[in-house]
Amino acid sequence: MAQHQVNYMQDGGLPVALTSIDKLANWGRSNSLWALTYGLACCGIEMMASGASRYDFDRFGTIFRSSPRQADIMIVAGTLTKKHAEFIRRLYDQMTEPKWVISMGSCANTGGMFNTYATVQGVDRVIPVDLYLPGCAPRPETLQYAVMLLQKKIRSEKAIKSQKPKRLM
Amino acid sequence: MRAYTDKKDVQKKAYYTDRYWVAPQVPKSTVESDEVFAADLEAIKAKFDVIEAYIQVKQMVVMIKPEDNYGVLELLKDECDYTQLSEMSAIDWIADKGQLEVFYQLLSMNKRKRIRVKCFIDQEQAVESVNPLFRSADWAEREAYDMLGLKVNNHPFMKRILMPDDWEGHPLHKTYPLQGDEFAQWYEVDKIFGKEARDIIGPENRDPAMVDRYDTERFGRLGHEVPRGAEPKESKGPEPTTPLAYQEDDGVFMIEKFEEEKSVVIRDRDR
Repeated sequence: MAQHQVNYMQDGGLPVALTSIDKLANWGRSNSLWALTYGLACCGIEMMASGASRYDFDRFGTIFRSSPRQADIMIVAGTLTKKHAEFIRRLYDQMTEPKWVISMGSCANTGGMFNTYATVQGVDRVIPVDLYLPGCAPRPETLQYAVMLLQKKIRSEKAIKSQKPKRLM
Repeated sequence: MRAYTDKKDVQKKAYYTDRYWVAPQVPKSTVESDEVFAADLEAIKAKFDVIEAYIQVKQMVVMIKPEDNYGVLELLKDECDYTQLSEMSAIDWIADKGQLEVFYQLLSMNKRKRIRVKCFIDQEQAVESVNPLFRSADWAEREAYDMLGLKVNNHPFMKRILMPDDWEGHPLHKTYPLQGDEFAQWYEVDKIFGKEARDIIGPENRDPAMVDRYDTERFGRLGHEVPRGAEPKESKGPEPTTPLAYQEDDGVFMIEKFEEEKSVVIRDRDR
C-alpha cells in the first residue's frame, strides 16, 4: 500500500518547496524540449529510434512535433545539401524563441565524408548551433546524452531576462 | 623533380589525361556475327547514315549522326520492336573533341536484345528530345542537362532536376572541381545572407583531417566536456577523465539523479 503521507516536519513544518523563478522557468523549459521532426539522412533513423519505445525520448519530455512553430529544439539529423540550406534557415526562423539547435552526426557538424560541391560544410554556416554531437551515425544513447547536456545548459541560463535572439549574422 | 607547370587556370583544363593507364577495350565483333542485329542494322542503314556499328558484350552499338537521333529511335521502336529506353545520358569528351557523347540504351523484351545508339554532339548544338517516344527520357534528359549541360530541343519541362534552379555550372563536366567552383562554395551564404556576409562567415573548412583538441570553439570530446570557448587546459601526459556530468552536482528539482557508480550494465540481451 502506498503511503500518501506529508512529512510536516520537513522544511520548517511547511509543505512547500522554495526556489527561484529562474530555476522554475528553466526547469519547465529543460524538461519539455519539443523537437522538430527533422531527419535529413541516416542519422534520422537513429533519431526515430530514440523516439521509439526502446529508448523512449518521452521520458525526457522530448516529443517530436511536425511544425517548427511548436518546436523548441531542432535536431539537424543528417547531411545538409546546398539545395536544402535555405529551407533549414527558413524553418529555424519560424521557430519561436527560446530555441536551440543540436547538430547531430558528422555530416551536420562538418559535412563529414561529403567533401563535395553539393554539401554544406557544417550547418553552423547557416544556423547557430548549441551542441555538436559527433558520430556517424550517433547511437540513440548518444543523442539522449546530448539532450541531457543541453538540458544542463538551459538550466544554467537566465530565464527571465529578455531572450537575446540568436543570430548567426 | 617534376617539371614546373603553370597552375593559374588549372580549373579550366581537364584534370584527367591518360598519362598512366588506359583500361583495355572489351573485344568487339562484327554485326554480321548475329543475324538479329544484322537485320536491325540493315533497317537503320536503309534510312539513315551509320558511322560505325559493332557488337560488344552481346550488345550492338550503333554510332549515328546527332540530327538523326529521333528518327533512328522511332524506327527502332516502331519497326524493330525495341520498346524500352532503359537508360540515356551523356559523356564528357570536351577535352578531347569539344563534344559530348550521347547514348541511348534500348531493350527489346520480345527479341531479348539490347542496342546502344550513340552520337557525338558539339557543345553548342542541341539534340531533339525523344520524350514523345519514351517517357523515361523525360527525367534522363533533364539530368543530362543538369549534370553535363546537354541541350535538348522540344522537351516539355526542361529545368534542372538535381541541383537548385539558380545553380551555375554543370557538375559532371570533367573540368568541374570536386569541391565546387567559387559559386558553389559560397552558394548557401550568398543565397541566405547575401554576398556581403562572406567576410563574416568565412570560407569553408575543406580539411576533413583537421582536429585541434584544445580548440574549444569547434571541438569537444566526450568525457572531457568544457563550455564552448573555455580556455584550453594544456597538460602533459594523460588527461584525467571527467565523469559523465549531465546534471548539476546538487541535483535538479523533482528529477532523480543518476549516479554512475550505482548503475548496472545489463549484459543479457534476452533478459
